[in-house]
Amino acid sequence: MTSDQLPELAKGSFRMHTSASPPEVSTVSNATDEVFKVADLKVFYGQFLAVRDVNLTVQAREITAFIGPSGCGKTTVLRCFNRMNDLIEIARVEGSLNYRGIDLYGPAVNATEVRRRIGMVFQKPNPFPKSIYENLAFGPRLNGVKKKNDLDDIVESSLKRAALWDEVKDRLKSSAMGLSGGQQQRLCIARCVAVKPDVILMDEPCSALDPIATARIEDLMQELKQDYAIVIVTHNMQQAARVSDRTAFFTTEVNPEGDRRTGVLVEYNPTEKVFSKPDDTRTEQYVTGRFG
Amino acid sequence: MALSQPRQAASLAADLVSDITRNERDLSGKAFRIALLAGIITAFVVLVVLIVDVINVGSPVLSERLGDLLSSTLGSKPETSGLSQALRGSFYIGVFVLLVAVPLGVSAAIFLEEYARQGRLTRFIDINIRNLAGVPSVVYGILGLTVFVQALRAFTGPDSNGRSVISAGLTLSILVLPIIIITSAEAIRAVPNGIREAGYGVGATRWEVVKSHVLPYAAPGILTGTVLALARALGEAAPLILVGATTGFLTSGSSYLPSSLQERFTALPIVISTWSGRPGEDWRASTAAAIVIMLAVVLVANAGAILLRNHYEKKR
Repeated sequence: MTSDQLPELAKGSFRMHTSASPPEVSTVSNATDEVFKVADLKVFYGQFLAVRDVNLTVQAREITAFIGPSGCGKTTVLRCFNRMNDLIEIARVEGSLNYRGIDLYGPAVNATEVRRRIGMVFQKPNPFPKSIYENLAFGPRLNGVKKKNDLDDIVESSLKRAALWDEVKDRLKSSAMGLSGGQQQRLCIARCVAVKPDVILMDEPCSALDPIATARIEDLMQELKQDYAIVIVTHNMQQAARVSDRTAFFTTEVNPEGDRRTGVLVEYNPTEKVFSKPDDTRTEQYVTGRFG
Repeated sequence: MALSQPRQAASLAADLVSDITRNERDLSGKAFRIALLAGIITAFVVLVVLIVDVINVGSPVLSERLGDLLSSTLGSKPETSGLSQALRGSFYIGVFVLLVAVPLGVSAAIFLEEYARQGRLTRFIDINIRNLAGVPSVVYGILGLTVFVQALRAFTGPDSNGRSVISAGLTLSILVLPIIIITSAEAIRAVPNGIREAGYGVGATRWEVVKSHVLPYAAPGILTGTVLALARALGEAAPLILVGATTGFLTSGSSYLPSSLQERFTALPIVISTWSGRPGEDWRASTAAAIVIMLAVVLVANAGAILLRNHYEKKR
């Protein structure tokens, strides 16, 4: 791995660090390609155990897919990866979730800083009701990019990255709400790329899109994985099979303490194995369409 | 039946015509529509009758001595009495509402919706604010009398015994505070959560999300609350009577600028209610003219907020 391939993180050049932030540089110098290491993760909503037994690692420059039936905790786990669950007051996390060797839920970790490195694309395209330009410039401005030239460059390169530049270059000042659903979702991906993250989390990014827009986003993901680790939650098994390198299969089990169902990670393997000869029969039943 | 016994084409066509042309099923829908129409017509007619009547009665005064009416001070004769002091008082009440009640109310709404932990306490506070919006205005007058006029006399006006425009402005600011909080909180709640998540997702702090995304999106709703609050404050008379608005003579000058906010004051609704109690056609005409002017003042005061609201609405 050359230093060029490492995302901006290793260069440490694009953002000021507060003194309170953990010493990242030392962990990066001997960094493996392991971006996330999750061990015995449990997530509670109040008293309710939403998901348990999550053990997996996410590698750089790979796409990791989370599949499973509704309510199995895929999205819940994904939202732990950038501390988005902090926004839900009753959510609570147990177990360990390490990001490049740092405990993401450690006391000194600033969730806002985490989200600047670990970007997220949501299920429903959610552009800001502002111009296309402003959508992309918001994140970099937070990071202290002030000069118009720099912002222009970031806007252009991010839109090119998201394969949207040619379609919108003549109307950067018009509202993002005027874009089609697929364009809006690519805009959201561009917005995410614009803050130069290390990881991109995608929560069912194509579920609101038609097949053509879906195909474009999938192509885009293949592009982006050259530089980023991508974790994608999807309901679409074909999509997981098409795009991902590794697949985690979640399902639900009856909670011994109550009648509500708790999500559980059943199997985490290379995608090929999950879809051809999975270790667990439940995985096999699910991927062959016999359950869920 | 239709499957086992196919109908003849001719009778089928006849049935079809009678089927799709009948409309007796929607009678209640039509009745409902008429009831709704009656509602809007009643409201509209009442409004038009009021305005036409007021303009009609006030027109002699408005056409003969509009400038004089606006620039003269209160007096004992209808032909020389004017509204300058009342306009001044109402203007400062409006300024107080904009500078005190709006920032306080919007801040409270932001705190309740975006910062406070949602729980029993916030629900309790929410219910109480809603109840406060329904408290009769006289009660706020009593509050203003005890707190601003009496307790804080040294600040609100030692020479006017606290019966000053400061007391009036603060009393009315508190009166409209619940309205502003409720409408602003409603507007903030209506901001799609996706926008917040998008902001947090690129690493914005709560403050950055509120400032850059939540408030601009909620601005039209917040400004609607401001319009309502301003109209209410400019039209209230009862609390002003309690905090000591002058009904008869006011010795301060006719200048629109007050020499001091601690002076005694009056306001348009007070003058209108006083004048309306005086005998004779001339006072009646002056009262109507004052009402027209008050309506104009409220419209002008709200025009700014409405323009601003349209500006933000276009941006969505």
